[in-house]
Amino acid sequence: MAFKKTRDVYFVSGGISKFAKARPEVTFQPMVKEAYDYALKDIGLENKQAQEVFDGSVASYFSDHFSRQLMAGIMIQDYLGLCPLPSHRVEAGGATGGVCFQEAYKNVASGVMDTCVAYGFETMSHVNTWKGNEFIALASDVSFDYPVGGFYSGYYAMMVVRHMQEFGTTVEQLAHVSVKNHINAFHNKYAQKRKRLTIKDVRNSEMVAWPLTMLDICVMSDGAACGILASEDGLKKIRKATGKDPKNLVKVTGIGRGTDAMRMSDRPHKKVILLAHEKASDYKDLKYPGIHSFRAGRTASKLAYEHAGIKDPLKEIDFVELHDAYTSSEIQTYEDMGLCKYGEGGKFVESGAPFLPNLDYGLGKLPRQGEMPVNPSGGLIACGHPVGATGLMQAVFALWQLQGSMKKHVGDDTIQVKNAKRGAIHSHAGTGTYVTVSILEKA
Amino acid sequence: MNIQAMTPAAEKIRLAETDDGTILFKVPFPKEMKDIQHMSPIIIKQPYHIDYIHSYGQDSPFFAGLANGKLLGTKCPKCKYTYGTPKAHCMECGSPTEWFELPEVGRIHTFTVCHRGGEEFLKETPFILVLVEWDKVDTLFLSRLVGVDTSKPSLKMVGMKIKAQFKRNAKFRPTDVYFVPAE
Ligand SMILES: [Zn+2]
Repeated sequence: MAFKKTRDVYFVSGGISKFAKARPEVTFQPMVKEAYDYALKDIGLENKQAQEVFDGSVASYFSDHFSRQLMAGIMIQDYLGLCPLPSHRVEAGGATGGVCFQEAYKNVASGVMDTCVAYGFETMSHVNTWKGNEFIALASDVSFDYPVGGFYSGYYAMMVVRHMQEFGTTVEQLAHVSVKNHINAFHNKYAQKRKRLTIKDVRNSEMVAWPLTMLDICVMSDGAACGILASEDGLKKIRKATGKDPKNLVKVTGIGRGTDAMRMSDRPHKKVILLAHEKASDYKDLKYPGIHSFRAGRTASKLAYEHAGIKDPLKEIDFVELHDAYTSSEIQTYEDMGLCKYGEGGKFVESGAPFLPNLDYGLGKLPRQGEMPVNPSGGLIACGHPVGATGLMQAVFALWQLQGSMKKHVGDDTIQVKNAKRGAIHSHAGTGTYVTVSILEKA
Repeated sequence: MNIQAMTPAAEKIRLAETDDGTILFKVPFPKEMKDIQHMSPIIIKQPYHIDYIHSYGQDSPFFAGLANGKLLGTKCPKCKYTYGTPKAHCMECGSPTEWFELPEVGRIHTFTVCHRGGEEFLKETPFILVLVEWDKVDTLFLSRLVGVDTSKPSLKMVGMKIKAQFKRNAKFRPTDVYFVPAE
């Protein structure tokens, strides 16, 4: 795809509510307001100035079932005092937040808006965990898939079994992801689960869908997140309102999105979609994507890299925040994003490459430790996964990484990636149906 | 006409009240208004149940097939792409597809043992989900596998031959067919 030159888009500020299993003391609107107010405060913008500074918004939440409230988006818009500015809600399963971020980007890049607020939330605590799993499973074909035993952990388990069969990936390699992300989150005050785990802990925890255990799977959360995007002209408006220059600017330099069939049974077995640094001969006998890989994730990566001018992601990106709803999907995503070849995801995590260089994970010396930190925040597995907020949460963590402001915002600079200049964020919906990848760079 | 003359005193006007739904007696309330923001949230249970009129639409022959002991897929007459789970139109070329009967015996493409599940299926755990593959069929089929020990899952199960069996009384759900070991 040829990307036409559009306006530069800056990601100026963000906020996150503390993710928790339940937030019964508030309904969703004040929860979003926590994240929104934080983002305003960070650039010194007064709430009453928002009307003159902001041109509109995009709302992100996945499930009407979870809140049993249709049109929740407009209820946030009015609560934040953003009516009558333009807005719309986006929905793309687990990738809703990633899509929201990109729609806000497009509003600004296209010139429709100079400033755009992206906000999202999910309240998953209003039903019990297993009813929640039932709701999520309704995001599979209700004629053919859901009634067979609709359960997303089961679907992902079938995918990783195929990955293990195809490439020799091991359950211990999956457990590495859980150990890494939980220990990273130990230093992130926003995270829902902050634990020092061992490979053994992960394998010995309750089996949910073989081979995935409770600690291979993210939990459900209540939470909200918010980001503010602006053009050059938008920055001027912010400057005029606050009397100061927005500092530590980050630019969005690439967006990509891909899709795949809802029913896993419908996924083709064809040829690998190649990234710039790969050759067809790398994958002579591999049938693709089959059940083992995410064609949508590969497509999103390819488009985002082309847009941002990235030829070799492992060398040209400094860190990644990716959608690890399952340890297995983190490993599969390393491959989709071209951080390693298809089939090498298990070895990639075992090598230590996606771990932070400065942390002790209780795994001894890892040969490639710190080469490409993945989910320095702790990811979904440890931070939580309030669906509509998740993709925006990743964006905000990436913003703070690039600003070098992790200490200020998460209270600990242990998980600050040193001298980070370019990061990628990756948001993913059910079994890889919608995936977004966006590239952020220090301006 | 004088409306007031016809209306009873305000305190005598009552909306009819019933005993169903949430009734919480003696809700605590602070004496001072300034203390009210510290009160705990009120959390109530709201039941929600609905019967959907779900049509299988163009996929209805599949369910009629199951009720008659036949597992049906579809095939594209134009490009020959073959669907193990029916699609009424070909994803490859857009043509309308034709129904055909799938082979009785297939293989496990992948599987899992679910020890937990959505609430509706919790009582059935542990159960085995399989994606079934057949020779010369391009796509797969999601089903249950029974007759295999759920306590000993292993990668050796991938590739195992399995065959379709049908419920005697169809419930018009995709689980009217399930798979058992074929050897
Ligand atoms: Zn065709």
